[in-house]
Amino acid sequence: MNKTDVLIIGAGPTGLFCAHQLGIIGLNCEIVDNLDKTGGQCIELYPDKPIYDIPAVPECTGEELTNNLLKQIKPFNIKFHLNERVEELKKNQNRWNVKTSGGLEFDVAAIVIAGGVGSFEPRKFSVKECEKFEGKSLLYSIKDKSIFKDKTISIFGGGDSALDWAIELSNTSNVNLIHRRDGFSGAEASVQKVKELNDKGEINLFTKYQIDSVNGDKNIESVKIKHDEGEIKEIKCDYVLGFFGLIMQLGPILDWGLNINKKNIEVNTENFETNINGIFAIGDICSYPGKLKLILSGFHEGALAARGCFKYVKPDEKLRFEFTTTSKAAQERLGIKK
Amino acid sequence: MAKITYRTHDNKTHTVDVQKGLTVMEGAIQNDIPGIDADCGGGMACATCHVYVKEEWLDKLPTKEDGEEDMLDMAFEPKSNSRLSCQLIVSDELDGLEVNIPSKQG
Repeated sequence: MNKTDVLIIGAGPTGLFCAHQLGIIGLNCEIVDNLDKTGGQCIELYPDKPIYDIPAVPECTGEELTNNLLKQIKPFNIKFHLNERVEELKKNQNRWNVKTSGGLEFDVAAIVIAGGVGSFEPRKFSVKECEKFEGKSLLYSIKDKSIFKDKTISIFGGGDSALDWAIELSNTSNVNLIHRRDGFSGAEASVQKVKELNDKGEINLFTKYQIDSVNGDKNIESVKIKHDEGEIKEIKCDYVLGFFGLIMQLGPILDWGLNINKKNIEVNTENFETNINGIFAIGDICSYPGKLKLILSGFHEGALAARGCFKYVKPDEKLRFEFTTTSKAAQERLGIKK
Repeated sequence: MAKITYRTHDNKTHTVDVQKGLTVMEGAIQNDIPGIDADCGGGMACATCHVYVKEEWLDKLPTKEDGEEDMLDMAFEPKSNSRLSCQLIVSDELDGLEVNIPSKQG
């Protein structure tokens, strides 16, 4: 059981800055995120794209913003639990018991949901029979590449994951790469490499094809692919891999009894508390009149939610407003030596 | 104002007036038309406002910017008439536009 003051769900910029604000006012927190890295949408959707509307930062990328936020919260030694999705919240007297997908448990006084548009999940094939093979011979991510040795693999997608895995697995496996158009969204160098391997016969590249059906009994035996112009090809293979990026899904958040309107959680604008006492929501996931889905709004919301948490963590104390420029306590928490 | 018709997967049509300058995605969101999620809010970063444009309108649409086709790779069942509705800005030219909404967005 992990016992701390506040649990933040979501390690995007809003969650990270809220952790900073909690640290400044002397509260501890831990952060859970379903992704395998911090940064949320900034890292998953646009790590290299510039952002121009962070106050006092004329231009930075999603990755730079994340790294700076991590640096800013470094003094607080915050514990991250990545690759974990929060599944269950249960009230236990004045505190909350939280359970995650990986079996972690938390005992906290308050919860801040900074979950963006929900957790990122892999996008799946639309073909129905795919479900039957999912997790066995049809995969959306690779944990152990040794299972593919000397097998035939059909990889679908045109982004970096699809290209990188096609190149990598072509060393030890027979690889088909299938993509819906001639152009690829992955890095140019990888596209060239794939074309080279295709010319050498080390990868079989099929463009303007999409999946039509998967066939097999227990395991996949073949996959049918359909050309833009209707022609259908059947290719034998042992594994099918789909790399169509990630989609955001609210998932278990829907089951916690929160007031949800169009995938957003309703909050008050005084402290960003939801309809449930002790649960706050900030960033893209919260909604209130005038809500702007900007990172800067998330920072403001996180600052107020952190102060909203205070009364649940330290019900007998009064929180005094202080500036970091002059507050001795805040500077001590930041580890500043004078 | 331009009239935009959204045909949802159950074959119901929703014809609404959308203010010029808004996107076809915003027109759907503001009018509570089901099936367009627009998770990223119009940033061409998610492909959950994917629509199929009725063939005769394809030529009248603004051309795809870099990145739209990349995102469409991620969309649910993309076709040759697929567009991201957040990239379609409503103008007089598009008065009468009809788009089909896929059965799901992801």
